[in-house]
Amino acid sequence: MGYKAALKIWRGDAGAGQLADYDVEVNEGEVVLDVLHRLQATQATDLAIRWNCKAGKCGSCSMEINGRPRLACMTRMSVFSPEETLTITPMRTFPVIRDLVTDVSFNYAKAREIPSFTPPPEVKPGEFRMRQEDVNRSQEFRKCIECFLCQNTCHVIRDHAENEGAFAGPRFLMRVAELEMHPADIADRREIAQDDFGLGYCNITKCCTEVCPEHIKITDNALIPMKERVVGRKYDPLVWLGSRITRRGAKDTPAVPGGR
Amino acid sequence: MTQATEAPARTRAQISERTLRKDPWWQAPRLVAALLTIWVLYATVRVFTGHWYYVPKYHYLTPFYSPCVSGECVPGSSALGHWWPAVPPIIPYAVVSLVFVLGFRLTCYYYRRAYYRAFWRAPAACAVREPHAKYTGETRFPLIGQNLHRYFFYMALVIAVLLTYDAAQAFRGPDGNFGFGIGSLILLANVILLWGYTLSCHSCRHITGGRLKHFSKHPVRYWIWTKVSALNARHMQFAWITLGTLMLADLYVMLVASGALSDPRFFN
Ligand code: SF4
Ligand code: SF4
Ligand code: FES
Ligand code: FES
Repeated sequence: MGYKAALKIWRGDAGAGQLADYDVEVNEGEVVLDVLHRLQATQATDLAIRWNCKAGKCGSCSMEINGRPRLACMTRMSVFSPEETLTITPMRTFPVIRDLVTDVSFNYAKAREIPSFTPPPEVKPGEFRMRQEDVNRSQEFRKCIECFLCQNTCHVIRDHAENEGAFAGPRFLMRVAELEMHPADIADRREIAQDDFGLGYCNITKCCTEVCPEHIKITDNALIPMKERVVGRKYDPLVWLGSRITRRGAKDTPAVPGGR
Repeated sequence: MTQATEAPARTRAQISERTLRKDPWWQAPRLVAALLTIWVLYATVRVFTGHWYYVPKYHYLTPFYSPCVSGECVPGSSALGHWWPAVPPIIPYAVVSLVFVLGFRLTCYYYRRAYYRAFWRAPAACAVREPHAKYTGETRFPLIGQNLHRYFFYMALVIAVLLTYDAAQAFRGPDGNFGFGIGSLILLANVILLWGYTLSCHSCRHITGGRLKHFSKHPVRYWIWTKVSALNARHMQFAWITLGTLMLADLYVMLVASGALSDPRFFN
């Protein structure tokens, strides 16, 4: 049983644009991306949308539907009532290329700044042996599909573009946490997590967790454990005293130069 | 050397609405703000009254007055003795534990989330623009002090032991032998849930095992970490339930101590 849905879609480029009204047919079982494709095929042939897998796995179709950051291919039309007008806008935090397509290169720049996996030099490739319990934590983070919905929603940069330089965002602080928890990694990224990647800007209000389509517990399992690790490195007087006495001086790994 | 290609300068979509959300996103922060305000007002009034905090007959001491260390404290209520002479309750009788209890809750990762959202509105709800022109999060004084949470956690362990002692005392009847009533059960339930809240703390999760890289090399700590992690997933629930039980335990002791209610006894 189909019906006609009223859509308001943000159209424009280079930031300037407005909401345009459309009425589009909806059939049973469809998701928002299906309806956008029908709109593109029938009425707005120049509508720009980024998508790829239509299965919630490529992370391309991130947008904001009725103000909520979501994947268009994983948002069923049945969650809205047929009378409801759907407002669909591009992610607000990233610059618009055109219509619903944004330029997410900010995220790739942040990814490059993180010192990569650093195994002990004497261990040769193929020699790693790890137990499942050692990698469980990292494996949760590896479910990330890089949709950047968390980066888009985090108020630290969404509402304060001036913090973009100082803050890497939840997805990349989670990457730092993943490497810090890796049993075969010897780099120490705690100092740069705070000073270069801006972990202190996060106020653990959990919006990244709320929007993650992979249901990764970003705040509880990556950001808070990382904050606790940073406390151990920078703010815990007992740990500081202990490292003075035993002279186990910490070797901090610097951020990758030229990243920004 | 390869040169990263610069994308042409582009700007964000200019959308003037603070949010386009249509669901009632303002409900949760309002409810949280209301509940926290009620609780703080109640607790403030109670710690400064200096009355009805101890039931000598049944050895019930409210958690808000433990340890009762002022010279004003009535006989039997001061397990740790009197630390200063009798002065009226401009200083709460249990000020030594209250500062740590307050600090523990104020720096708690869950309550931080709750009050940043409900009172500071940074952000009130996800994808709703916050009202502040500048934002530095927890990078500067005073909020950088949130990093001291683990010290409040250590103190909270000490206080939990003390409250466990108080709950055990509440299982002594009027003649000093075993006996219990509704009040004993309330104080016991309160302290069990407080242990749940304390042990589910994120700092506890870090200290017991989260800080390790190699779980497989520390099987015992790994096992403890899995248990603490299971509790930790319910930390928010513990945070709210214990606010409720603390208030209930105090209210009950107050009613019995003032004579407004007589404690139904099951035994002795
Ligand atoms: S929890 Fe931290 S990183 Fe995640 S959205 Fe909130 S402020 Fe951003
Ligand atoms: S962590 Fe979740 S929300 Fe963030 S980019 Fe990965 S999948 Fe998307
Ligand atoms: S199209 Fe791949 S996640 Fe939506
Ligand atoms: S008590 Fe809530 S995180 Fe420690």
